[in-house]
Amino acid sequence: MQFHMSRRINWPLWSGFALSIAAFLSYFFFFVRFPITRDVPWATLILFAIAIVLLVIGLRKTVGRRIVAWIVTILGVGICAFFCAAVFIGSRQLPASEHAPGIGATAPGFVLLDTNRHPVALSQLLAEPGSKGVILIFYRGYW
Amino acid sequence: MEEHLAEFRAAGIQPVAISVDTPEESRDLSKKAGYTFPLLSDRDAETIRRYDLLHKGAGEHGRDIARPAEFLVDRNDVVRWRNLTGDFRVRARPEQILDAARTMP
Repeated sequence: MQFHMSRRINWPLWSGFALSIAAFLSYFFFFVRFPITRDVPWATLILFAIAIVLLVIGLRKTVGRRIVAWIVTILGVGICAFFCAAVFIGSRQLPASEHAPGIGATAPGFVLLDTNRHPVALSQLLAEPGSKGVILIFYRGYW
Repeated sequence: MEEHLAEFRAAGIQPVAISVDTPEESRDLSKKAGYTFPLLSDRDAETIRRYDLLHKGAGEHGRDIARPAEFLVDRNDVVRWRNLTGDFRVRARPEQILDAARTMP
């Protein structure tokens, strides 16, 4: 006798889970490049919202043992929560920099190596003919 | 930043980027991103410290790095505008810098 086990894939559940992973990765690999979707990650949050809706639909339509569906749903929601924590909380934790030169203060001079290992001085940059000034852009680094 | 370079240059402003990266790491970044402005290497974060921008242990492998910040400095070494973002993902828009530059001597 053959048992026909109707192994129907729970599409909403698994696509919701896949979407939550895709939403997370898409922020760091794509949306982060454009200020409009990086500063307030609305595009990513919309994707997460769709993912969570799919997961809940999938969870509710699960027949039989629901433990797998619950685990997948919780993981998907967890990815969303982790993203929110990283983006809204983690990125705000910067040092106070109370003694950074303010408007009207003298900018500390420096001599630093450029990409060809040639020393470059702030005073030299400012003294260039036609130069009204420089914009110093301190950044975290390339990683 | 690179797209606005022509506007900055027209306004007499030269962008200069500073990080703890080595000159070689900066050269890689500069090549990949197609930057034509200088990227300077503050390996021991000494200049970063003098600007009070040190972010201890926040870099890869716990490296000390700079927190993001921008300073518009005029010919007399005076800071005319600055941006100390409270959120490292939100950066100053070039228009803000150009507006500030217009008020410079």
